[in-house]
Amino acid sequence: MSFTIAKSGDVTVVEVEGQLIVGNRQELKQRVLEELDHGERHFLIDFSRTGYIDSSGLGVLVSLSKKIRELGGELRLANLNDDLRTLFELTKLDTLFQIADSRERALESF
Amino acid sequence: MRVALELEVPSEVAQIERVVARVVATCADLQVPERQRQFNVPLALTEALSNAILYGNAERADRHVTVRAGMADHALVLEVADEGPGFDLDACTRDPTAPENLEREDGRGLFLMRRLMDRVERYNAAGNVVRMVLELP
Repeated sequence: MSFTIAKSGDVTVVEVEGQLIVGNRQELKQRVLEELDHGERHFLIDFSRTGYIDSSGLGVLVSLSKKIRELGGELRLANLNDDLRTLFELTKLDTLFQIADSRERALESF
Repeated sequence: MRVALELEVPSEVAQIERVVARVVATCADLQVPERQRQFNVPLALTEALSNAILYGNAERADRHVTVRAGMADHALVLEVADEGPGFDLDACTRDPTAPENLEREDGRGLFLMRRLMDRVERYNAAGNVVRMVLELP
């Protein structure tokens, strides 16, 4: 897994490439927490280049979302493929996150 | 089970992606349909390997995890064995989709294994071998 972080206005956009799983999810968590410490509050994670996410990866997303919300911010998700959508539906995490079909739509609605 | 692949790997989470890739390649040889090969198998196997490495073997370097993949009666069978004390699968029944659990960071692994495979069962009395079965069309 690798990821890139870019800014779009006041939104921090994180693009995850590869699998977000137990062996690497802490890297993502750490990086987003650093941005949060620097005062960023709006986050978008783009999964267009993501393979699959395991329960540990989902756990990190849940934990980040909670932390960001506690600080008055928001974490949104975009570009989930059919498998990832199924995963979020199975776990009912689609009820916890705002999920957009595209990065543009997600950014518009912040 | 007709075993098509058997791997023994060290107890390191960094091994998971490599093992999953090997098993997925074997699933292609076994004619497992693409959706199951690309979604159900990698995810369920990742969860089983995580459990074996982190909880079963407690990440101890002197312990290994053994993975076997094969076919039995038109079904794909995946077995993951660790060298730990074992655990009771049937005792793990917490529903991570219940409103009170939805914001928990943990507790989705076994749930996903059960939802993505047709059967998840303890294969030996000790409880340190998990067998996952996926019926094929």
